[in-house]
Amino acid sequence: MQALIETIVTPLVDHPSDIEIDVKEEDEKIVYHLSVHPDDVGKVIGKNGRIAKAIRTVVYAAGSDSEKRIYLDIM
Amino acid sequence: MKQITATGTTMDEAVQSALEQLQTSKDKVDVHVIDEGKKGFLGFGSKPAIVKVSIRKTPVQDAESYISEVAAQMGAPVEIKTDVRDRDITMELVSDKVAMLIGKRGQTLNSLQYLAQLAVNRESDQFYTVMIDAEGYRERRKETLQNLAERLAEKAIRTGKDVRIEPMPSYERKIIHAALQNHKQVETLSDGKEPRRFVVIRPS
Repeated sequence: MQALIETIVTPLVDHPSDIEIDVKEEDEKIVYHLSVHPDDVGKVIGKNGRIAKAIRTVVYAAGSDSEKRIYLDIM
Repeated sequence: MKQITATGTTMDEAVQSALEQLQTSKDKVDVHVIDEGKKGFLGFGSKPAIVKVSIRKTPVQDAESYISEVAAQMGAPVEIKTDVRDRDITMELVSDKVAMLIGKRGQTLNSLQYLAQLAVNRESDQFYTVMIDAEGYRERRKETLQNLAERLAEKAIRTGKDVRIEPMPSYERKIIHAALQNHKQVETLSDGKEPRRFVVIRPS
């Protein structure tokens, strides 16, 4: 899942080396926390969160087979 | 990205050698000079020129590799058939897990399409539009929306009230507007802000 998030985000940002994805596994869910270079924040969130929403949609679709619920936090 | 480092007695020779090895032409590559080289004197102190030559990716290739990598990571490897007209890139996805790629009401397909368009245009000077389809989903969706438009137009006329349709992307709203364009008893308009902009059917 981390690899998927990285694959989605890398071509969208100017500083791919600053992409960080932390994982926190809880009882009923797995939370992925994505952070990027301060200059790239807008590029992963977008106007009205449109890009963030698209990233989540794709990630959640991929996670629909897994047992635990998946969440993606951005910044 | 396909790239190669080549050497030659002069810069031109080094570039030429790289182009031959990559089997491409100069207008399709980026040349990065590592060492300009030195001619030396009477064969002494000469240094070869070194260049790094990489094949420039076209926006179409960017779009294809983006979608194929993302889909593979999703666990739904795809084959892509691409059609390009001017700056409109249309990609047809073929996969065993096409349902996962389309998602509920095409939301996953729409998201992939949006992300691919962003990825392509970040690198490119010209603006490209990206349309992604899978198993004729767009055509089926178009028929569904046309039927929906007809039904909701009848409802608007029957009740004499505005009918709001759930938010949808611009190319789907356009299908609704077009379907009711020549309808004499209703008019259509869009309301709300992206990405939650929606169509309203109003009895006229």
